[in-house]
Amino acid sequence: MTDFEDTLVVVPVGALGAGIDPEHVEAGLAQGAHAIALDAGSTDSGPSCLATGISKYSREAVKSDLRVLMAARAQYGVPLLIGTCGTAGGDAGVAWTLDIAREVASELGQSPKIATLHSELTREQLLARLEAGQISPLAPLGPLDAATVERCEHIVALMGPEPYIAALQDGADIVLGGRTTDTAVIAAVPLMRGAGAGAAWHAGKISECGGLCTVDPTDGGVLIKVGREAFEVWPLSAQNRCDVYSVSSHMLYENSDPFILTEPGGVLDVTQAQYAPIGERGVRVTGSQFLPRPYTMKLEGAALGPFQTLMWVGIADPAVLAVVDGFVATLHAALVERVRKVMGLAPETFDISLRPYGWNAVSGLPTAEGTAPPREIGLMFVATAETQDLATRIARTCNPYFFHFPVRRGKELPSYGFPFSPAEVERGRAYDFVLNHVVATQDGLELVRRDMIDSKTPEIA
Amino acid sequence: MAQLKDVARYVRSKAAGPFWITVDIFFPSREVFDSSKDAPELATTAIERALRLEPGSAKRVDVPDLAVIKYAYPRRHAQGGAFERDMHGGQQFVPLLELEI
Repeated sequence: MTDFEDTLVVVPVGALGAGIDPEHVEAGLAQGAHAIALDAGSTDSGPSCLATGISKYSREAVKSDLRVLMAARAQYGVPLLIGTCGTAGGDAGVAWTLDIAREVASELGQSPKIATLHSELTREQLLARLEAGQISPLAPLGPLDAATVERCEHIVALMGPEPYIAALQDGADIVLGGRTTDTAVIAAVPLMRGAGAGAAWHAGKISECGGLCTVDPTDGGVLIKVGREAFEVWPLSAQNRCDVYSVSSHMLYENSDPFILTEPGGVLDVTQAQYAPIGERGVRVTGSQFLPRPYTMKLEGAALGPFQTLMWVGIADPAVLAVVDGFVATLHAALVERVRKVMGLAPETFDISLRPYGWNAVSGLPTAEGTAPPREIGLMFVATAETQDLATRIARTCNPYFFHFPVRRGKELPSYGFPFSPAEVERGRAYDFVLNHVVATQDGLELVRRDMIDSKTPEIA
Repeated sequence: MAQLKDVARYVRSKAAGPFWITVDIFFPSREVFDSSKDAPELATTAIERALRLEPGSAKRVDVPDLAVIKYAYPRRHAQGGAFERDMHGGQQFVPLLELEI
C-alpha cells in the first residue's frame, strides 16, 4: 500500500504533556509524513478540568512537548494538529495552550500561523438548542432539562474533523482545538487528502492513544499510513513493533462496544475489519466502514459540587484490625451523632465518609467473610458540605473522636497515626459531570468558532 | 472448576466515558475462550450480581478473534463526583477474579 494517495500522520503520544521523544517524531517525519496530530485531553481525570479550566498536566510538561513538536513541524513544513487542548478543551484550555505555543514560537524564533477552534457553548446557547428540540440523551441519562443546563459551569461540544480541515485550508500551520473526539483530530488530514473515510476514522481510533496500540506502549507513538481502502500502523521507535493483536485489541480500550463507534457525522463500523501483519513491525487493516449519519456533536458539561475536607489516620493496632468493619461502622455513627448534636446540623446537610484503605476503601463493597486482617490500614475521613468552612468545622468537630476512638468502650484511649499538623486538609470543591447528550447540527462547523493568530503579532493585553 | 483469575490471561476495567465502566476478560487462547464463554458465572446476570449492579444494566459483547469477553455497565454515579472512589474505574474488575467458572 504505497500508492501516491496515502496520507501519513505521526501520532507521537496519547496526550500532549505526557512526554515525547524528539527522535521518534523525527523518525516518523523523515518517512514523508503529511502531518503531526494528537490530542491533549480526556474526561478520564474527572469533571474538575472542565469546571475549572485547569489542565491536569503542568505548563512545563505541555511546553516541553510543544517545543519538540513545533521544532519538528517547522523543520519538515507539515501542519501540527492538537485536539482537546488543556485536558477539557474549554475556551480556557485553548487560551492556555495558545499562550504556551506563542512562548515556544518566540523562543524558537518561529512565526507560525496558529488557528484556534472553540467549541465551548454558553448555557444560553444550549438552552436555545434544547428549546428547539435539538438535544437528545445518551444512555444512561434521560432527556435534558433546563435546570441541569443551569447547573453547568462549562459546556463543550465534541468537534469532528471539519473545523481542522477548514483551519488548514485557511493556511494554518498549527491548529489548537478545543474539545474534539480523539479520533477526529487524527483523521482530519487523511480525510482532507481524500483517504477513505472508514480507513481514516479507524486509523484515528487505533492511534488515538499513541503507542498504546504497539507491543511496548511505553516506547513512543505511531505512524499511520491511510489509503482509500486500507491503512497501516507502524511504531515510531525502531525498537518497538505493532502486531495484529496489539492493534486490533485497541478497539476494546475505553469503549463499551468494540465494533461500533459513534463519531460526529457518522458511525465507524469495524465488524468486517481484517488485520494482517506487514513484516515484523507493521499491521495493515482493511474492511473498515464509516456510515454517514445526520450530524451530531456529543456534549460534556461540568457543574459545581459541594466542598470537602479530609483527615487521615494510619492504624496498625491488631485489636482494631481484627474488627475493621465493626470499628468503622461504630466510629462513623459516633462522628455523625457528634456533628448533629454539637453543630446542630440536619443529617441531609452534610456527609461523613470513612474509607479504610488496605481493607475495602476502593470498592466500598463488603469484604468476603473470613478475610484475614490486614497489617495496617489508612483510614480516610471525608467531610462533604456546602462550603469549605463548614466541611472544615465538621472535620474539627470530629477531630478528637477520629484520632482517639477506642475499639471497645471502657478501654484506655488510643492515638492513631495521623501524619499532618494541622490534621485536616481542605481539598476544595467536588464537581459533577452532568451532560451525556448530543446536539444535532447542520454540519461540523456550525457551532465552532475559528480564529487565526499570527504569532508574530504581539498579543494586545 | 477453576477461578477466573487462573483461567483468564488478563482482566481489566476502565471508564468508557464519564457514565460507563467497561470490563474486558482476555483468555489465553481461542480454545480457552470457547470452553469458558458459556460458564454460568460469566453470564451477564452473574456479573451483575458479582459487581452489585442493577439487574439488567450490564451488556456483554464477545470478541472471539481476540478471545475476549467485554462487558459494559453504567456507573452508579457519574465519574468524579463527591463520592468517587475509583476515578478511572481501573479497579472495578477485582471482584470478578474469584468467580468459579
